[in-house]
Amino acid sequence: MSKKIRVATTSLAGCFGCHMSFLDIDERIVELLEHVEFNRSPITDIKQCGPCDIGLIEGGLCNADNVHVLREFRENCNIIIAVGACAINGGVPAMRNNFTVKECLEEAYLNGIGVENPMIPNDVELPLLLSKVHPIHEVVHVDYYLPGCPPPADAFMKVLTDLLEGKEPSLPKEILHYD
Amino acid sequence: MSEQMRRIAIDPVTRVEGHGKITLLMDAENRVHEARLHIVEFRGFEKFIQGRPFDEVPTFVQRLCGICPVSHHLAAAKAVDQLVGVDELTPTSLKLRQLLHFGQTLQSHALHFFHLSSPDLLFGFGSDVAMRNIVGVIDKHPEIAIKGVKMRKYGQQVIAAISGKRVHGSAAVPGGMNKSLSVEERNVLLADIADIKSWAQDAVTLNEQIHMTHAENHGFATLNTHFLSMVGGGGELELYHGGLRARKPNGDTIFDHFDYRGYQDIIREEVRPWSYMKFPYLTSLGKDEGWYRVGPLARVNNCDFISTPMAEAARQRFRAFADGGFVHDTLAYHWARMIEALHCAESIELLLNDQDISGDDLVVTGEKQSEGIGVIEAPRGTLFHHYKIDEEGLIEKANLIVSTTSNNQAMNESVRSVANEYIDGNEITEGLLNHLEVAVRAYDPCLSCATHAMGKMPLQVELIDANGTLVDRVTKGSNGSIERSL
Ligand code: SF4
Repeated sequence: MSKKIRVATTSLAGCFGCHMSFLDIDERIVELLEHVEFNRSPITDIKQCGPCDIGLIEGGLCNADNVHVLREFRENCNIIIAVGACAINGGVPAMRNNFTVKECLEEAYLNGIGVENPMIPNDVELPLLLSKVHPIHEVVHVDYYLPGCPPPADAFMKVLTDLLEGKEPSLPKEILHYD
Repeated sequence: MSEQMRRIAIDPVTRVEGHGKITLLMDAENRVHEARLHIVEFRGFEKFIQGRPFDEVPTFVQRLCGICPVSHHLAAAKAVDQLVGVDELTPTSLKLRQLLHFGQTLQSHALHFFHLSSPDLLFGFGSDVAMRNIVGVIDKHPEIAIKGVKMRKYGQQVIAAISGKRVHGSAAVPGGMNKSLSVEERNVLLADIADIKSWAQDAVTLNEQIHMTHAENHGFATLNTHFLSMVGGGGELELYHGGLRARKPNGDTIFDHFDYRGYQDIIREEVRPWSYMKFPYLTSLGKDEGWYRVGPLARVNNCDFISTPMAEAARQRFRAFADGGFVHDTLAYHWARMIEALHCAESIELLLNDQDISGDDLVVTGEKQSEGIGVIEAPRGTLFHHYKIDEEGLIEKANLIVSTTSNNQAMNESVRSVANEYIDGNEITEGLLNHLEVAVRAYDPCLSCATHAMGKMPLQVELIDANGTLVDRVTKGSNGSIERSL
């Protein structure tokens, strides 16, 4: 393996559990770092910017910021992988789709237990909330879907290894989980 | 005018991966009057949980946070126990839950220290950004990095053995647990525990050395605050179940062994327009004076002793550092965190050697109640879950105070203290940006600010003078580059 592939990762409206599961490759990270260079990722600060080979996206879209980051990733990454239930379907955050944003905000900031100074935060610094939480394929083209909540560490390894070897990624039954 | 400027501030280019945003409000003398750490994520959990059956809450509430999912799982489970009228679990279930929680705290503390914070402490706050990450630690200090990776792995293995998965497994059910640990599962875990204990001891020693030898760290972002934590019946460090203790900066007691089901009487939460994260305070002291800190620093200061010998010896050295008083140094959070990691390792060993964890008496039943409150010491501090249900068992009302929320004011104050040191007239210096990250990271903020918790915090800092005019703005990109946009 002469040239390292560049991998970027991000968490949109997710819980970081998918990132945790990726870290569950444990000491295999040392071996992975021989072939992979992390670009924009919360996992590391490597000072490399520019186009990437693979973008791993955790979480769906709940605010305008998420949409922006997702588009950035699509523009910069050859391959986009939707990682986990939230990116694929919206997941638990999409449960708010049964209500309006207003109802959700009011419950938290006006009607909450023990709330002092009830008001809905509205500063310009806060990004616009989308009226519904959306899965990422509704906004950009997605190349692969890695299911699970979260996908197991072995699934991350298998997909990255397949792509490193120039193969079409596939998951054997034992590491294909949806829970 | 300032509105115009502020609109530029949310320019998407600077927001790539960015959840961290800080604004500094200056007074007429150009001193930092107020620091604002804006939390921009909003999920709406309190609303969308309404109408769901109560017994599914522990399973999905953990999906609010994948960094310490077990803490949410267990805090919700404790509330659900009350909903089904159960005050006391079987010894098997209680010990399994404790073991699960120790596994969680160990993995989270290891992640925080080794993956996220050790680069700052080992390489220095202002060191090369390209090195200042876990990859750099693996490269330069492989022996430290690999031990850290393996300590986290071990905590995750404890979690997986009990709950079926490393992240978002299922373990607690109303009134108990869904399975116990087989003898084989215990033996697998027991095989590595001696190493884990000695590595946790090494991590404590490393922190002692770093803190003792870096006098400049002592006052860094340091605040004299109240501390809130849970303690056991004898005043010992307790992570799963106990009463609440709050103490003043000088150690005087505000309340002690307080039954957390009455938390509404002692804590209120203030909403401020610029953050989705509320500001809790102790009601008796009022909202200006009543803010407090939670987490490892609060717990190790607040407790009278630790029940396991190695961690207790470490606690005594810790308190001796402040001549028996409270250690208020914000960077001592890391030190306290590793003392707790050691306590987790020792406690895991004790529980694994306890026959009860392989018992088969798992569930207790009781009479249904309409309200349940569960509180636990999550890795980042006291975590409150509160649910009310209707006659059919559907959730009517939910309230959560997550650990990071309790540290909200303290994080803002630490930011203000660091900013005052590193603001040069009307200019934000590069040193400021690096140091702000270190200050915020000590608190291990999680959940809505999970990006920071993962060790990288693209930051935007703005300076606003007494007239509300934006006088400086500096952004640090995801790649560490610094950009001045005014
Ligand atoms: S898919 Fe599951 S683990 Fe991944 S972000 Fe969503 S809730 Fe968390």
